[in-house]
Amino acid sequence: MAKKRIVSANINGKQTEFLCEPRQTLLEVLRDTLDMTGTKEGCSNGNCGACTVRLDGRPVVSCLVLAVEADGADVETIEGVAPGGDLHPLQQAFLNNAALQCGICTPGFIMQSKCLLEENPNPSEHDIRFYLAGNLCRCTGYDKIVRAVQEAAGCCGKS
Amino acid sequence: MSTVEKPASTPKYKVIGTRPIRHDGTDKVTGRAKYGADLRLTGMLSGVVLRSPHAHANIKSIDVSAAEALPGVRAIALCGDIPDAANKIAELGEGSVNLQHLRHNVLAENKVLYRGHAIAAVAADTIHIAEEACKLIKVEYELLPPVMTVLDAMKPDAPVLNADVKTNSLGEQTDKPSNIAKHFRFELGDIAKGFADAKVIVEREFHTATVHQGYIEPHNATAMWGQDGHVTVWCSTQGSFTVRQQVAELMHVPLGHVKVVPMEIGGGFGGKIAVYLEPVAAILSKKTGRPVKVLMNRADVFEGTGPTPGSYIKVKMGADANGKITAAEAYMAYEAGAFPGSPIGAGAMCVFACYDIPNGKIDGFDVCVNKPRTSAYRAPGATNAAMATETVIEEICEKLNMCPLDFRLKNAAKEGTRRIDGPVFPRVGMVESLEAIQNSEHWKTPLSGKNQGRGIASGFWFNCGLKSAATATVNGDGTVGLVEGSTDIGGSRTGLAMQFAEALGITVDQVVPTVADTDGVGYTDVTGGSRVTFATGWAVYEAALDISRQMCKRMAEEWEVPVDQVKYENGGVTGPDGKRLGFAEIAEKSVKHGEPIVGKGTVDPQCPGGAFATHCVDVEVDPETGKVHILRYTASQDVGTAIHPAYVEGQIQGGAVQGIGWGLNEEYFYDDKGTMRNSTFLDYRMPTCLDLPMIETILVEVPNPGHPYGVRGVGEVPIVPPPAALANAIYNAVGVRMQQLPMSPPRVMHELLKKNK
Amino acid sequence: MRDFDYAAPTSVAEAVKLLQDHNGSARPMAGGTDLIDQVRVGRISPDLVVDIKKIAELNVLQIGSDGLHVGAAVPCYRLYHDAMIKDLYSALTDSASIIGGIQIQSRASIGGNLCNSGPAADSTPSLIALGAVAVIAGPQGNREVAVEDFCTGPGKNVLGRGEFLVELKFPARSANSGSAYQRFIPRNEMDIAVVGVGAAVQLDASGKNFVSARIALGAVAAKPLFAAEAGKLLAGQPVSVETIQKAAEAARAIATPIDDMRGTVEFRKHVTGVLVMRVVQQAVERALKTKSGNAP
Repeated sequence: MAKKRIVSANINGKQTEFLCEPRQTLLEVLRDTLDMTGTKEGCSNGNCGACTVRLDGRPVVSCLVLAVEADGADVETIEGVAPGGDLHPLQQAFLNNAALQCGICTPGFIMQSKCLLEENPNPSEHDIRFYLAGNLCRCTGYDKIVRAVQEAAGCCGKS
Repeated sequence: MSTVEKPASTPKYKVIGTRPIRHDGTDKVTGRAKYGADLRLTGMLSGVVLRSPHAHANIKSIDVSAAEALPGVRAIALCGDIPDAANKIAELGEGSVNLQHLRHNVLAENKVLYRGHAIAAVAADTIHIAEEACKLIKVEYELLPPVMTVLDAMKPDAPVLNADVKTNSLGEQTDKPSNIAKHFRFELGDIAKGFADAKVIVEREFHTATVHQGYIEPHNATAMWGQDGHVTVWCSTQGSFTVRQQVAELMHVPLGHVKVVPMEIGGGFGGKIAVYLEPVAAILSKKTGRPVKVLMNRADVFEGTGPTPGSYIKVKMGADANGKITAAEAYMAYEAGAFPGSPIGAGAMCVFACYDIPNGKIDGFDVCVNKPRTSAYRAPGATNAAMATETVIEEICEKLNMCPLDFRLKNAAKEGTRRIDGPVFPRVGMVESLEAIQNSEHWKTPLSGKNQGRGIASGFWFNCGLKSAATATVNGDGTVGLVEGSTDIGGSRTGLAMQFAEALGITVDQVVPTVADTDGVGYTDVTGGSRVTFATGWAVYEAALDISRQMCKRMAEEWEVPVDQVKYENGGVTGPDGKRLGFAEIAEKSVKHGEPIVGKGTVDPQCPGGAFATHCVDVEVDPETGKVHILRYTASQDVGTAIHPAYVEGQIQGGAVQGIGWGLNEEYFYDDKGTMRNSTFLDYRMPTCLDLPMIETILVEVPNPGHPYGVRGVGEVPIVPPPAALANAIYNAVGVRMQQLPMSPPRVMHELLKKNK
Repeated sequence: MRDFDYAAPTSVAEAVKLLQDHNGSARPMAGGTDLIDQVRVGRISPDLVVDIKKIAELNVLQIGSDGLHVGAAVPCYRLYHDAMIKDLYSALTDSASIIGGIQIQSRASIGGNLCNSGPAADSTPSLIALGAVAVIAGPQGNREVAVEDFCTGPGKNVLGRGEFLVELKFPARSANSGSAYQRFIPRNEMDIAVVGVGAAVQLDASGKNFVSARIALGAVAAKPLFAAEAGKLLAGQPVSVETIQKAAEAARAIATPIDDMRGTVEFRKHVTGVLVMRVVQQAVERALKTKSGNAP
């Protein structure tokens, strides 16, 4: 078996070290090694967006990132969006708008929407739908998700 | 845009009809909610299932020696580890199951019946080792020709999947093995006379593809088999009690020795009722003495679970010059998948249910094919059926030069209408759902663009009652712990807490709802059949009444008055001479002295009240590519009473979009070897948010007389109309009649090229 | 997932050596969006994954009078966030904006899209249309291959043992030139192309005549096709529906698609013609707006 690697990454603002095999994805390490199970696995081939996290400022599907690649990187996950305090405006908007049913896709949608609003604080409905097209939801028909992002827009200027 | 149309007589509610934030919401938007795959137990092993690469084959031998020898492998499970079930039938509440078929579906014994059929499972220290071990299991196959469509499977010389399946034909058991498990017929009136009375008769054939429920969370199960023989199973399921029963019956363990702990569930839509991994995890745990977690990947989910049947349907309908339907006839064959049990019965009961039809005949066939054993999917069987009926109606309207909405209104089922299969409707809202569309801004706004068209379609679903139980413990500070057994897929905890709070006149925030495991709450049937808000809602209502009775009794004793002189009203108990004590104050007393106050509700309601929906869609079709673009979508539905209107809208929007996916792009695409070629979300094309407009909803409230708050199930019927509505819109846009699902661009283009030749 | 080792060299020479030493069982990885999935499903089984993102040359993104240089590991989003590329190499921007979703574009590179050599790759027709050249490093030093000659079959290309793609070089664009890429997919995003068409046109100063044109097709053959004849039919001809139609017919004629879960032969042939019309027309519209290029 390939040698395990020590990886050092900044995860949600905290310098974190972990040991992983080269074949382990960032998703697997987040969930199974670091017990951060807020990031969800829906398809493991990059087609559903449930495992979306932020890697060095960009949204990525963590099922298609090797954990070793995260060495020296900044990683933000759903657990870092409202660390212990008040909900992020997007999280609150998802609740206000009933934008989740089963909730399995929700962490991915919130991460992706957060990236959108930081890039484009005033997106049109089309902008939202285009940016979120890589995130599948099977419960809501997206209507209330789009409305939640519209409600949260403007609250999320880059900090 | 959403509107709620309330009849003038609707009683005033304090909690019902409001839109509180769900109790489990914060956990779900912060990633803290624990779904099945999120479970961690000390000493836990990882399990992986080996699946058949072939659609139809005899298993000659299985050699696990190399896999067993791989370091880190702890146990291997095979079908022989599940006790023989000898064709026992288990009743599972919403339907029954042949246990031997279930056993062979969980792990194949000597035959594989579809690609993806589970054969063996490995428990190992890591998932990677378990995967590698699976590759080391040597299975020797004798390939058999796959049978992939109902029409092929029904041919007399078709290869037969199951030697023990013999046709039950119109109630008579035949003795030759066949792929046709069942043929039944419903008849009403005089079909020949009905067609003789018709001025216009249209007969069309339809083919619909196999589709998957498409929940985003893959199946998962964790089991711990204790040394005392008790088994605990953690899983994502629509019904913890049905999992308990299936595991107990398959493994020959007493029901009371199996505890099922329902984790949060990432979507089900009917596909998370049957067990797949739960017994496998149990066997692996029994063999290793350690907890074992087994997960599916996405390809496993597509190839090994779900789907809902593809079908062949022929529908013939006649109407007189006034636009009254005189006769309707249907021939419907549904794929059961590998083992009998398609939703053909429901499909046949729904096919003409929206209309008052004096003469009818429906033939239904349940047919085995080399695809995964089919399971329920949101109004199972009804969507295929509506595609046929609702497009044939459109052709009749064209020939009669009648407005399709007027035609539907003229023929709509109402209170007293007898369905062809027998039952007579109580008060239902088909007419109201049509009128809501007729009065909508959408219907009144004409289309003007080129290649644009509008289509409507209606749909029916029965809804279920079934059993539910709940208990509620009053805390000293006036909060209440509400414990129920319906796994929460879409916010039902809150919909139930709202009914409970309404009944006691308290706020929804005072109620803390919990979904308990099978040891923690009374028997509760599955979260399915649009039954939770209806039946479990009734159970929590009963639990609330129980609490109010206990509070009355207590206060009567304290005030030393006869109990019939006290009354629970407006959130407290009142007695003679202006005596009154609020709920919270009584709660406070209850912990200081006297018996604790614990309410109980158990129900098995019989009148779920059917649901009717009418959808209206505008499309634009690209005449050069056949691609359908949805411009506007409105869904109206009789929802009984909307407990939490936002959740009702959400059910309608989600169901409509699943129906849109089914209509336009979703299908199991097989090659000639019976291999699904699109078992990924890349090529199994569910709608993304970029494919859709906002989904407008109109909630029509025709209270169900069979429920204390007038609740009707709302979750399922929204999936029924979309494919037919889209087909009708496509015809009105570019003049081609689509009779095959999905109406993907190549299919629409094919029809356009044919038409323009 | 199958076991493999990982290395992240920082120089081209180091990468070449790693690839060469592993005797064919090493695979270069840029964004990993194809590779990781292919290892997971067992389509490829490397013993070593060579992460080439840390090599400076592979992250170059330069536009100047000598054209455009795109390092093989440059992720898609860097391309579509560049306004000058959008103006002068529009087809490339079109492709980069529709490969996968936004998350995929954070990682996936055009170089990886080419090296994966899928017949339906969304960037390859654009590269061919824009006349891109692949710069390949290997044990014998660098060599260059025109992109239309790079792919040799589904998942196959000209890369030999120890070789990997370093950079894509695009010739400078002149005034009155324009390019576009469009694909047909059943949904509006997230699908693999059923048909993809890239085109680059050069008009004369009047904007009324084609000087030259290059057209390329995706998903209609075992590899992306350079429809050279179709382009030649436009050269020197007036810009009109009739002339473009002739090119579309010529492109259609070389398409040899298959029936699969994404489309039928009939549909793909038909849509090839439709898309060539649309894409050439879009490229013309863009050319009319391009008053100056980066050519010296």
